[in-house]
This record gives sequence, structure tokens and C-alpha cells, in this order.
Amino acid sequence: MSYEVKLDIFEGPLDLLLYLIRKNELDIYNIPMALITEQYLAHLEMMKALNLDLAGEYLVLAATLVHIKSRMLLPVEEGEKEGEDETDPRAELVRQLLEYQAFKEVALSLDRRNLLDRDVFKRIQAAEEIPDEQEDPMVEVTLFELIEAFKQVAERMDKEDLLEIDTERISLSDRINEILEDLAREKSLSFTDLLKTSRTKKGIIYTLLAILELMKMRVVRAFQADPFGPIRIFPAVEESTDG
Amino acid sequence: MDDVRAIVEALIFASDTPLSVERLKDILGEMDRKAILEILQDIELEYRQRCGGLCLMEVAGGYQFRTKTEYAPWIKKLRGIRPVSLSPAAMETLSVVAYRQPVTRQEIEKIRGVDVSGSLKGLLEKKLIRIVGRKNVPGKPIMYGSTKRFLEVFDLKDLSELPTLREITEMEE
Repeated sequence: MSYEVKLDIFEGPLDLLLYLIRKNELDIYNIPMALITEQYLAHLEMMKALNLDLAGEYLVLAATLVHIKSRMLLPVEEGEKEGEDETDPRAELVRQLLEYQAFKEVALSLDRRNLLDRDVFKRIQAAEEIPDEQEDPMVEVTLFELIEAFKQVAERMDKEDLLEIDTERISLSDRINEILEDLAREKSLSFTDLLKTSRTKKGIIYTLLAILELMKMRVVRAFQADPFGPIRIFPAVEESTDG
Repeated sequence: MDDVRAIVEALIFASDTPLSVERLKDILGEMDRKAILEILQDIELEYRQRCGGLCLMEVAGGYQFRTKTEYAPWIKKLRGIRPVSLSPAAMETLSVVAYRQPVTRQEIEKIRGVDVSGSLKGLLEKKLIRIVGRKNVPGKPIMYGSTKRFLEVFDLKDLSELPTLREITEMEE
């Protein structure tokens, strides 16, 4: 059996499945599992042959399809037959497909709107221009250097003998957003200054956690120009967007 | 009256962000909301009729002058080619965030069926989404929501103006 398939770029396993359903003009509420599973697996083979990066999610759905197919082959037990409310093994998959399809549609309709900086433009503000990269070479810092810097600030704080009254409730996400806003304005922030803005012990701990979280999400990056030098936090701008 | 109209026009032109009616009211002083809205409609109509390169648009809860779509190619030339396009993957993730906010990464992945950490990161950088809090479930996952910038970029007055999401019909036997 040979398949003649035009290989579109799929946004994921559900996208591929929707494509197959549309191509075969199938009823989404009554998917012939044998046919769809066969074609789905054939697509995976082809993607493998083309050395496309076959993400694990594709294999998970393949397993789900085979599982549903096998469940549909099982005879329905006598007792269950009478109860009409017995669920179709495909029900969950169909629900997922419909939900995904709805979002795919709105994504397309959003994309058709008049997008700022693509279809329509406003005046540019000077602040929006990205300044040139810093001259001195920066080395990306490790977690340990961050912790070391944190310890220094924390020690200095202790000496100032702060009276701690737990009145303000700090939330980590608030702090994360604050840092992101500051970064958008300042382009880069010094690690020590960031910690100094917090007056309480709890505050500086939240600041550290916020920075670590942002680094984990790869939204910010930390650099220092020389060993034991000041650490600066930069937004992690992708190379491609950087003109 | 014509004087006020010119002032409103100047204010919108000079503002960095879409200028809201409330803000205009603050600045203009004794004017009431209705009168300001009338002036805005007036300016909008004037710009539409004069066949110029600009139009007055209502976005993200305010008013802003924008270039008309037909002149996009020229402006792209002026600014050098740097289109801000979002990949289909990013658009899908953004849609889920916009409609289901506040939403966690896991919830988005359940709908899209793929890993979304990459597109979330890109959307955060473009400031189209932001972190709005943490969900009170084990692991305290981060919840995301859309930003004002999202409304601005997608030419939306507010979230209610989002295209309707086709309701998922009840499964019937």
C-alpha cells in the first residue's frame, strides 16, 4: 500500500489527526478507528523517515489511538448493552479534538485582524528602540554565583537590624511581574540593586526566588563582566528578534 | 467646541499609549463623558472621510492614531524589514491563554496536545501574556493571562471583543 501524502507542517498530534479527518472527509463524531490509526501511524513513519523531530506527544496519541481501536473491538457485555449511557471509547478523544479545533479557528481569526506593526502602525517612541549591546564581554553566571551574591546582600541586611513586621503580603508572581516591568524600562538591572529594593528579609527572599524562576523559564539571563564583579540581569531576547 | 476637538486630536497624537476617555476627561476638566465621545466620533469620521494615511482606532480601552492597512508596505520599507509575526503554534497558545485565563501551562498543553513552554516564553517576551498568579493546587503552577499589549496588538477594544469561540457541542450518541 502506498500513501501519497503532502506533508504539511503540523502543530502537533491533534493537528495531524484533524488533518486526516478532514482529508478523508470523516465525521468527527464517528471516526473509523482502524482507518485513522493506520494513516496516523503511516504519517509517523514518514516523519521518522524524513528525520523530522518526532516529539513524544505524537507517540502518546499513537498509543491512545491503538488503545481506543482495541477497546472498540471488544464485545460489549450483555449487561452493559441495555444501559444506553455506556460511553463510546472515542468520546474523550472527540471532545479533545473539538476543543482543539475551536482554538485553532480563533487563532486563525485573530491572525486575520489588523495587527499592530504588521498591518497598522503607530508612532514609534524613542524608548522602544533597542540600545546597542554592551561593549565589555559578559559571562553568564551560574546559580552558585547568584547564591553567593545573595548571601552578601543578606548579611549586610542583618547588620542594619531591621524590625520585621509582617504586614504586607508579598506574592511571588507580583514580584516576577515587577521585575519584568523594571527590566522593560531599564534594559538591565543589577542583582544587588534588585535585592536592595526589598526592605524585609521575606522581600529579598521573594526577589531571589523571582529571579530564579525567571531564569528557569529562560525569560531573563544573568551576566557578569568579571569574576566576583557585579551581576546584571538582562531580558533574554532571542537572537532572531534582535535586528 | 472646535477648539476642544483640536485639543483632543493633539492629545491623542502626543500620547504614547491609547488614550482613554477617562484620561481625556481628567485633562479636559469640565467636559462630560458623552461630549468627549461625540468629539472622538467626530474626529474618527473626519479622518475616515479625508482619505489620508491615518485613522483613529479604539483599542485596549483607548483611542490611538494608526496608519491605514493599505500603507503597510511603505511603512515596512521605512522601518526596515522586521515583521512581528507569530508562529501558528504561538497563536494557538495565545488564543488558549486569552480565552481560558487564568490558565496554567499544563492546562494549555492538555488542549494543544504539545509542549508549550517555548511559545509561552516567546509570548512573555513579546509582553502579550503575563504571569497573573499561582494556582492553588499541588506544585502551585504559574497561571498566565493576557496583557493590555495583547489588546493593542490585536486591535481589540477589550476581551469581550474576542471572536466567539465555537462552543463545544454536547456529545450525542
